[in-house]
Amino acid sequence: MIRHVLLALVATAALAACSGKGAETKPATGPQISGAGATFPAPLYAKWAEAQKAAGGLTLNYQAIGSGGGIKQIEASTVAFGASDKPLKPAELETNGLIQFPTVMGGVVPVANLPGVAPGGLKLTGPVLADIFLGKVVKWNDPEIAGLNAGAKLPNLPITVVHRSDGSGTSFLFTSYLTGVAPQWAKVGASDSVAWPTGLGGKGNDGVAAFVKQTEGAIGYVEYAYAKQNKMTYAQLRNASGSYVSPTAESFAAAAAGADWEKAPGFYLLLLDQPGANAWPITGATFILMHRRQTDPATARAVLGFFDTAYKTGDAQAQALDYVPLPEPVKALVRKSWAGIVGPDGKPVYTPAS
Amino acid sequence: MSARSPSLGRRAAQGAFLVFCWAATGVALMALAAILWSLFRQGIAGLNLDVFTKSTPAPGSQGGLLNAILGSLMMCAVAMAGATTVGVLAGTWLSEFAKQSLYGKVVRFVNDVLLSAPSILVGLFIYELLVRPAGGFSGFAGSAALALLAIPVIVRTTEDVLRLQPTALREASIALGAPVWRTILTVIWKSAQGGMLTGALLAFARISGETAPLLFTALNNQFLSLDLTKPTANLPVVIFQFALSAYDDWRRLAWAGAMLIAVAVLAVTIIARLATREPKRS
Amino acid sequence: MSVATDTDAPPGAAPARTAKGVVFDRGFEILCFAAATLLLSALGGLIVSLAIGGWPAFAKFGFTFFVSSEWDPVQEVYGAAGPIVGTLVTATLALLFALPFAFGVAIFLVELCPSKLRRPIGTAVELLAGIPSIVYGMWGLFVFAPWFAHHVQMPIMMQAPPGSIWETLTAGIPNGANILTASLIMAIMVLPFIAATMRELLLSIPPAVRESAYGLGSNTFEVIGQVSIPYIRTGAVGAVMLGLGRALGETMAVTFIIGNAHGFPTSIFASGATIASTIANEFAEATGALHTASLIALGLVLFLITFAVLGLARLLIARQAPS
Repeated sequence: MIRHVLLALVATAALAACSGKGAETKPATGPQISGAGATFPAPLYAKWAEAQKAAGGLTLNYQAIGSGGGIKQIEASTVAFGASDKPLKPAELETNGLIQFPTVMGGVVPVANLPGVAPGGLKLTGPVLADIFLGKVVKWNDPEIAGLNAGAKLPNLPITVVHRSDGSGTSFLFTSYLTGVAPQWAKVGASDSVAWPTGLGGKGNDGVAAFVKQTEGAIGYVEYAYAKQNKMTYAQLRNASGSYVSPTAESFAAAAAGADWEKAPGFYLLLLDQPGANAWPITGATFILMHRRQTDPATARAVLGFFDTAYKTGDAQAQALDYVPLPEPVKALVRKSWAGIVGPDGKPVYTPAS
Repeated sequence: MSARSPSLGRRAAQGAFLVFCWAATGVALMALAAILWSLFRQGIAGLNLDVFTKSTPAPGSQGGLLNAILGSLMMCAVAMAGATTVGVLAGTWLSEFAKQSLYGKVVRFVNDVLLSAPSILVGLFIYELLVRPAGGFSGFAGSAALALLAIPVIVRTTEDVLRLQPTALREASIALGAPVWRTILTVIWKSAQGGMLTGALLAFARISGETAPLLFTALNNQFLSLDLTKPTANLPVVIFQFALSAYDDWRRLAWAGAMLIAVAVLAVTIIARLATREPKRS
Repeated sequence: MSVATDTDAPPGAAPARTAKGVVFDRGFEILCFAAATLLLSALGGLIVSLAIGGWPAFAKFGFTFFVSSEWDPVQEVYGAAGPIVGTLVTATLALLFALPFAFGVAIFLVELCPSKLRRPIGTAVELLAGIPSIVYGMWGLFVFAPWFAHHVQMPIMMQAPPGSIWETLTAGIPNGANILTASLIMAIMVLPFIAATMRELLLSIPPAVRESAYGLGSNTFEVIGQVSIPYIRTGAVGAVMLGLGRALGETMAVTFIIGNAHGFPTSIFASGATIASTIANEFAEATGALHTASLIALGLVLFLITFAVLGLARLLIARQAPS
């Protein structure tokens, strides 16, 4: 009878393999390059990989296993490149012999479920947001919130805090922002997962979005794409210049424009609370990690060629998926930094054509 | 009440018991119906020919699940082949040879512990064992992780049903002059095949939807690849990644994929049951 | 079932016990033994790799790792008490819910079900085991939790008299993401495993045993209670262990719905965490060495729990056996 199970399995496999043969998709030929890491940019990398493969380029397989996973995998050299939403500090890069560069940007958006309040109809500041997530402000009609929203009718509803349960770059950006703007948040601190003082945790952006939608009076935070695609009630935030801004592609770009990448060694830069009247305060880039010294220059060359092409032709695809492309000067800086990735012979593995 | 009329008490107990059994089955079937209804309602919406003929797309592109379906089939087939071999042999040893020996007790205990090993830890173990030394993710590593999850289920059920085979059966066969191994192969296994099949099916059901052990072993692959020494696409990881994404087309594919797994388990169960056509006791 | 005769024996096999037969016997036994040993070494390897990986956490926190419920990746302070209690509570509740139902289903399928429906219903129950756990998670999150919050949790919370223990026990956020719903989802996942194995066990009871009991005038209830259950008792414990195993190790579905709070759960409607869900949640993003070590140490703790539970179960069986 085990024979029968196996037979059945083999038969189904064979059947499927046959049916697959006639289809337009052919098994990947030539070298396959693997990358793994951050979840946030995965849809975009998939888009870029699909487009470049269709154009006759290489087969690059990127998989979202989490930023921590990406860092561990590149250190263990099981992948050609790692990816992380959380930049490594220059010292960490040095000890591991790694180089990092940003690819695209996105933002984190506070979302709420408040009956009678339209998207953008709620105004918050960093310190108030910190008090809410600390559990100090427990009602929506608390004077702290009402003071920022003169004229709005805020209900007498308890606040339910929703945070990410899984470690994530989104949480890292959000808690880093709160640490930066609200001294009282220091006791919680900034990381990809923290000891949340209150609230409940949803799995992934989707889990947070679901809990917020299903709980009246809930507040959470999600990546911009989720807030936009799910048409959620987002909050306006007061930025470093003192003006209230809504999360849009323009306000993320404004945050990046104000940043000083030149003075950031290893591109270690968080785009939090940046100056600029229009800048969204919780903005961040996502990063690629590669070994400085490559034992396999051909693979490294292919990876860098992939991102070079993506910088040139991938901006529209990024915008279509609600990501924010890097400004041109930053791309130029990144291309310059690639000279630091060398083969066994000590020569750079890739020279961008320009 | 029962003191006055024992037969009335007996009948009441019997009645309550029967009602409970009916109700329990009803509740289980209702839960199943509720879950299947959500699954199929959303799964069918995402189903079309592309699902079977194209590889996983980027958001906004045309595509299907071909690479994931083939990868899952290959990995599950390899895993089940390994797991049934090892599992049935180990289960047979426990039931036929180990008896009450200390080593037998230890293995039995170990098997029960492995049953509850969280799948993610099994994945991490295989990662340390096969992925890191090999310097890359591979479909074979995924199969190994799945097999390690399937084996304890098969061992457990195999041993349980073999032990319940009447001693007379063994004695009759031995008395006819058959060696022990022939007795086990042609008499005991044959008579216990229904139970052993259930074990194999439960094991298949258990591994068919596992995401966590594959994430760090087989990884996943955006493109079609039939090479099990390379990262291999698979349905559970695709479902996991797509289901939690912000894009509607990815979510639709995730539900279609989840439905395919349920349908595959159902199909394998039915085919295997029909193929064995065991004489069920009335 | 008929005893196999020579007609269905493969050709070329010796019908009489010969020297060759003995060699094959020995070879077969060794093969089986090797398979069993492979199993043992797999667990051995698993535990050794967990112990090595988790050692930094045990070395740093010592015994407090087990009793503290503070889990703070920023301060790098880790205590596993919350997830440990969460694991025990949810797995126990899930088994309590699932066991009677699984048993009822198994008996229904063997004793009561019209023979035409036996196969479809049996297959349907097994299908419950084949649904990917992420589907349970998403169904739980999007369908079950809101329904539960509205129709079960709210009414119960309304009924609780203010200031009573009952109120404390049922305190929580009314959105269905709590320990009780996680246990219920787990129970649904565990049910088919126990039911399918139980059914096989019941089917394997020799008809003569049951029929003689019926012959003595017993009804179904008495035959089940006094003949069938004692007959399959050891196997039944195995079936329960199978279910418990799945409940203890379940990650994906629980993660979606338990609310994932690291603290000590104080009510059935409180958010909690299990060991498996904590590992699944945090492992991929854990960057600090101590964080990773603590998560692996948690995995080792789960194994210790399993050891304890199984050891206890064996003790119970052994004590019952002589009677």
